[in-house]
Amino acid sequence: MDVLTLARIQFGATVAFHYLYPPLSIGLGVMLVCMEGLWLKTKNPVYHQMARFWTRVFALTFAIGVATGIVMEFEFGTNWATYSRFVGDVFGSALAAEGIFAFFLESGFLAVLLFGWDKVSRKVHFFSTCMVCLGAHFSAVWIVVANSWMQTPAGYKIVMHNGIQRAEITDFWQLVFNPSFMERLSHVLCGAWQAGAFLVVSVSAWYLLKKRHQDFARASLRVGLTVALTASLVQVVTGHVSARGVAKNQPAKLAAFEGLYNTTSNAPLVLAGYVDEKDQKVEGLEWPGMLSFLVGFNTQTTVIGLNDFAPQDRPPVTASFLFFHGMVGIGFAMIVVAALGFLYFRHGSLHERRWLLWILVFSVLGPQMANQLGWFAAEVGRQPWIVYGLMRTPEGLSAVVKANVILTSLILFTLIYFLLFAVFIYLLNDKIQHGPDEQDLVPSGKLALPTELTHHPRT
Amino acid sequence: MNLDLNTVWFILVGVLFTGYAMLDGFDLGIGALHLFTKDDTERRTLINAIGPVWDGNEVWLVTGGGALFAAFPNVYATIFSGFYLAFVLLLVSLIFRAVAIEFRSKQPMHWWRQTWDIGFSAGSLVSGLLMGVALGNIAWGVPVGADGEFAGTFLGLLTPYPLLVGVTTVALFMMHGAIYGVMKTEGALHDKLRIWAMRCIIFFVICAVTLTMATLLYVPRMAARLHDHPWLFSIALANMLAIANIPREFHHRRDWLAFLSSCAAMATLMMLFGLNLYPNLIYSLPDPANSLTIYNASSSPKTLGIMLIIAGIGVPVVIAYTVCIYWIFRGKVKLDRMSY
Repeated sequence: MDVLTLARIQFGATVAFHYLYPPLSIGLGVMLVCMEGLWLKTKNPVYHQMARFWTRVFALTFAIGVATGIVMEFEFGTNWATYSRFVGDVFGSALAAEGIFAFFLESGFLAVLLFGWDKVSRKVHFFSTCMVCLGAHFSAVWIVVANSWMQTPAGYKIVMHNGIQRAEITDFWQLVFNPSFMERLSHVLCGAWQAGAFLVVSVSAWYLLKKRHQDFARASLRVGLTVALTASLVQVVTGHVSARGVAKNQPAKLAAFEGLYNTTSNAPLVLAGYVDEKDQKVEGLEWPGMLSFLVGFNTQTTVIGLNDFAPQDRPPVTASFLFFHGMVGIGFAMIVVAALGFLYFRHGSLHERRWLLWILVFSVLGPQMANQLGWFAAEVGRQPWIVYGLMRTPEGLSAVVKANVILTSLILFTLIYFLLFAVFIYLLNDKIQHGPDEQDLVPSGKLALPTELTHHPRT
Repeated sequence: MNLDLNTVWFILVGVLFTGYAMLDGFDLGIGALHLFTKDDTERRTLINAIGPVWDGNEVWLVTGGGALFAAFPNVYATIFSGFYLAFVLLLVSLIFRAVAIEFRSKQPMHWWRQTWDIGFSAGSLVSGLLMGVALGNIAWGVPVGADGEFAGTFLGLLTPYPLLVGVTTVALFMMHGAIYGVMKTEGALHDKLRIWAMRCIIFFVICAVTLTMATLLYVPRMAARLHDHPWLFSIALANMLAIANIPREFHHRRDWLAFLSSCAAMATLMMLFGLNLYPNLIYSLPDPANSLTIYNASSSPKTLGIMLIIAGIGVPVVIAYTVCIYWIFRGKVKLDRMSY
């Protein structure tokens, strides 16, 4: 295989594996804030037990997220050195800001979240949990700034520097709030909240099925299903806004998502099907006029097709189409699952419906798959560009790196990541089987002090 | 040397990497010493001595890398693509170091813990070594082509001088970690660490003296820089005094001051390194004309200015809560059910 293919496979594989974890850190972060907040508010010890249990799961996902995340920062330089020279002025700033504003916050307060239970007061601990959650969100902010700039570059100019062209910042806030940033950020965050919430739902449903830790499971389900349903519903809105943004900013990508070859008004929305690339048409179930309606709130809106772009400027159609439709399909399925779970939970009959509990157990896979497919769609749909309209992917490669070197490191990372994944699943399963600690129902250390006492210490 | 934005960022990147060495240096040092004790409780105590902080310490490296990318993208691109295999090995080492801390105490089996202990220790040791080798190559000079790309090979990076810098870095981190361990432990492990720390100090001093001689003999431009700017001797002197102060404070059981002296030794070493390099970031051998400097490799002045504002807002906040967190976790390590 050539250097380009290997470098792309390596980056895709390492970033896909990495992205199993940050959404869990963000989503579980929100769950932890909810649980600990509820504990402070209600003083119900089961919320304390929940916060303790899910903190341990959080620690596990966080460690692998950190370990695999640093690989990404290095790979821009190792595999995509020419790209790095071209965008360093712009893209590097976002990465550095991520380090200063997000990672320090997250990892610093993580110490208190994990190890500070007996060392600080309830309020300080809750504050730390909020800071970890905030840090995880900031990290999403800056990485989406960087990636959105690659999708919809703004706030830059192209300048000759030492005989090569590169992008330089002209307006920092235009760079940050580039045209696709806000909608993509909200879409990414909703996906992350779903990932965290459905993990909580899945484990709790498992306990209900096995009739173990039932108070714990019910309380976890209450929080989990609420966040899961809310995030799944909001996700439709953010997804819709994002897709409208794609139609406006990256029409070739939207055309590939929908397998639309000819520019047309009354463009159909493909509900299910596949693209026949040879005959340039889609086989499957279509909803006439719906794509035009979604893009412009009018079935007569013109949607640009792939034939308006030169063949070398089109993204891979089948892959974009499948990734995109896979994501959308799973997204809607998550709403149904969350809504059913939520309704029966409110009705008080969820524990009797074993079929639904089993679906909830497996629902944890949904957001993970949708997150992966969504990123694949976003990145494959940007092709053939590495920076949309400015630099083509092959142009971004490192000049001095040989194929066998990339292959060696690709094999090495693959083996290590399989090992890490196996160990992660093994330890996660172990934690779930072990379940919440009974002694966590009784807060210890400084946390055991009644909150009133900490305000008025006896002299 | 005038204090323009490029120079400020040269200093700031140096500060970030020095901060990384001072903080994660003791984590990697503890890791390198980890296998010297066979006792499970002692190994757990060592891991938990760094448990709450190693993760935040590693962020200094991530941010240093990000700052290098943003401020000097050409250096980032040349070095990272040029030192490809070395950096992949560094990543693998850092991955194993990180996950081993999280994984090792989660299962009681002896083979499980022994495996991750080896991962933790080897990961820490190799990380320190490779960072030193990278630094050593930059001190020695790196083959750069007229196109600004790396023109050497992986094996070409493993020459005696960079390897000596690598070993010295390991010795420095081990000494730093042992002193940190002495401060964080009590009882039998504390007494053991006290002996190890003394041995590490001796090991480091031997390395440091050898490295100084090697630098003066074999890196003539370093000696020439010292010859042209005699005031640099004051930093070299401060460095020697800091190193000499480590065993002195340690002998008097003022471990905290010994630790600070070790930090000062790192800071002065990095200053010497930086002042000898300036204004180059990558000194090119054999053709110095191809060197990457803080001017030809930098981002635009506007970006450097924006980044300076970001750093100005972010860094004081980071330092403030980092100090708070170290304060919360002050004192000797006690194992409890939250511990690794």
